[in-house]
Amino acid sequence: MIGLVHYLVVAAILFALGVLGLVANRKNLIVMLMAIELILLAVNLNLVAFSAYLQDMVGQVFAMFVLTVAAGEAAIGLAILVIYFRGRGTIAVDDVNRMKG
Amino acid sequence: MILFVVFLPLIAAIVAGLGNKALGVVPAKLVTTGALFAAAILSWLIFIPYLQGTAGYTLTPVLEWMRSGTMSVDWALRVDALTAVMLVVITSVSALVHLYSWGYMSEDPDQPRFFAYLSLFTFAMLMLVTADNLVQMFFGWEGVGLASYLLIGFWFKKPSANAAAIKAFVVNRVGDLGFMLGIFGTYLVFDTVSIDAILRAAPGMAGSTIGFLGFRADTLTVLCLLLFVGAMGKSAQLGLHTWLPDAMEGPTPVSALIHAATMVTAGVFMVCRLSPMFETSPVALDVVTFVGAATCLFAATCGMVQTDIKRVIAYSTCSQLGYMFFAAGIGAYGAAMFHLFTHAFFKALLFLGAGSVIHAMHHEQDMRYYGGLRREIPLTFWAMLLGTLAITGVGVAGVFGFAGFYSKDAIIEGGWAANEVGVWFVGVLVAAITSFYSWRLMFLTFWGTPRWAESEHIQHALHDAHGHGHDQEAHPAGEHGGHEPSEHGPSQHDLPAGTGGYHPHESPWTMLAPLGVLTLGAVFAGWAFEHYFIGADAGEHFWRGTIAFREHLMHAIHEVPLAIKLSATIAMLLGLLAAWYAYIRAPRTPAAVAGQFEPIYRFLLHKWYFDELYDLLFVRPAFAIGRLLWHRGDERTIDRFGPNGLAYAVSVGSRGAARLQSGYLYTYAFVMLLGLTGAVTWAITR
Repeated sequence: MIGLVHYLVVAAILFALGVLGLVANRKNLIVMLMAIELILLAVNLNLVAFSAYLQDMVGQVFAMFVLTVAAGEAAIGLAILVIYFRGRGTIAVDDVNRMKG
Repeated sequence: MILFVVFLPLIAAIVAGLGNKALGVVPAKLVTTGALFAAAILSWLIFIPYLQGTAGYTLTPVLEWMRSGTMSVDWALRVDALTAVMLVVITSVSALVHLYSWGYMSEDPDQPRFFAYLSLFTFAMLMLVTADNLVQMFFGWEGVGLASYLLIGFWFKKPSANAAAIKAFVVNRVGDLGFMLGIFGTYLVFDTVSIDAILRAAPGMAGSTIGFLGFRADTLTVLCLLLFVGAMGKSAQLGLHTWLPDAMEGPTPVSALIHAATMVTAGVFMVCRLSPMFETSPVALDVVTFVGAATCLFAATCGMVQTDIKRVIAYSTCSQLGYMFFAAGIGAYGAAMFHLFTHAFFKALLFLGAGSVIHAMHHEQDMRYYGGLRREIPLTFWAMLLGTLAITGVGVAGVFGFAGFYSKDAIIEGGWAANEVGVWFVGVLVAAITSFYSWRLMFLTFWGTPRWAESEHIQHALHDAHGHGHDQEAHPAGEHGGHEPSEHGPSQHDLPAGTGGYHPHESPWTMLAPLGVLTLGAVFAGWAFEHYFIGADAGEHFWRGTIAFREHLMHAIHEVPLAIKLSATIAMLLGLLAAWYAYIRAPRTPAAVAGQFEPIYRFLLHKWYFDELYDLLFVRPAFAIGRLLWHRGDERTIDRFGPNGLAYAVSVGSRGAARLQSGYLYTYAFVMLLGLTGAVTWAITR
């Protein structure tokens, strides 16, 4: 029988993978966006799991909102990436270090 | 009148000093020299009534200076017999030195400054001798110290002159500390700094005691000894004398001024001025006598082996000052002042004469390179000869004598009359040594054969002269064509041996005129003024209580046995004979004697190792402490942990902070994550 704990463990693993993808990733920014997506999905999984467990629809509604926001965020992120690539000719993480004073 | 005497030199110094280059050389010289001659004439006008016995004590108030509680100090010019004597000495010698400097310093680019310093020096000394209270005297005292510093270091491009100036200043500071403590103590005890009031109250304080450095000591002894330390510093007595020979680095007129009229006489003057106070303390008087006699002997022995003409005379001054102090110590203040008076004339004469020799010899000061100058510069020779006769005390009792004969013999006889046989013996011994080194100077300089061919200064001069010679040949007119034939075609064999072709030239009249006037002083000052200064009855009348005058001692001086009276003259003749034998008859003797008594010679040549001793005791430890505090204290402690440490911490910290802001997204994300984790942890575990 698959219970709440299983869902939570899977979500935690996904979350950890997402965080590692953010922090340890040295390849390119698209992978970072995917990692953020992964984190959001982990959160969504939690929300849905608790929603089913507690018999409360609010969690699922919230998950819908998160999906929408994530879609918007991915769109904007990709747009920025395209613009950035045009300007700098690279989207490698190690080359993107202009965010300092 | 006294206002003019004191302030004319000051005004002249200000005008010449501030005007400096803008004023021009000749006006500056005219202003200062004119002011000094006016002051000198006025001083004689002040002095003459005292000889006639018609003048008394006058006090001219100038300004109110300080009022604080019971302390009241005014600027006031006090004139009495003692001051009048000093006025005459100071202004006369100073005026002549000013005039002399016209010739001696004529090639110097900074003449206005020099003359301003000379006048300032004179003003400070006049302030000192006219002082009505100890604080005003201290003002003059310090002024003299300052001016001497400026003048000794006048050629400030010479490192040795700078060192000598600093040494004079620092050594004098040691004495000044004693003088200052003396003034403080006097105020503490007498509740006043007015000299009159102190002298009136001094006998009443006899026998009282005061706590000093944890001991109970006789009040007046302590005060007198402290004041005497000040006098020792200024008057270069044994222990604090080291600055005096080094002060020869200054221009020669300065040496004459320092040694004859100003500065070194200040200590003797102060002891005489406060003589009623010193009279109350036999211990202090004994110390004065002992220090004076020791200095007298020490300086005379050093003078025997010096080869620099100015240093010989410098040690001679030191030695004569010793005479003055031991005269004061045995109670013969009149004799001390008399010797000060005559000494001023003949010592100024000797110094200016030495300056004239140095001028003639193109700034060569080593007597070993002189010789035979008698024929080359006869006027200087005669002046120096008379000066030497005066300092060695040539004379026949009852007939006539040169200045030193009266004053020095009075001091030596005073030593016998005061039952101080040891002091009398030192006096006689030093009279012989004085005669020896004075005649040694004369014989080396003016007799014998010329030896100046090897002198570097002379060779420079010759070289320059040849350069000029070629220049002149280039000119068709050749104004100096027949002037110095030996310059053209210098063939060595027809030149006089040892001269190298150099002819010493006699000095200009501005230098010879002061020599002439001082010669008069050196010849007649003793004979003319003996009666007033140390006459058993007339002396009392002349001084009128301005110095403690021991009448019975003066009587005793005039009544010592004939053998004692003659002792100084015999000693003088022995010295002359020894000098004649060693430097004329058998010129190899000095080297032989020096070889025979190598350690003693070395001891004297190094001036009794005083400089080395002080170097070891004071200078090096001071340097060591200074370096320790500088490197260890300042650099390695204060700077290291203070400003430098803070700056280093800030720069290291900011470098760390800057590294945090790398610009990489993943770093920021990681930090965000850490922060978030931290915040969540805190929220949960709270």
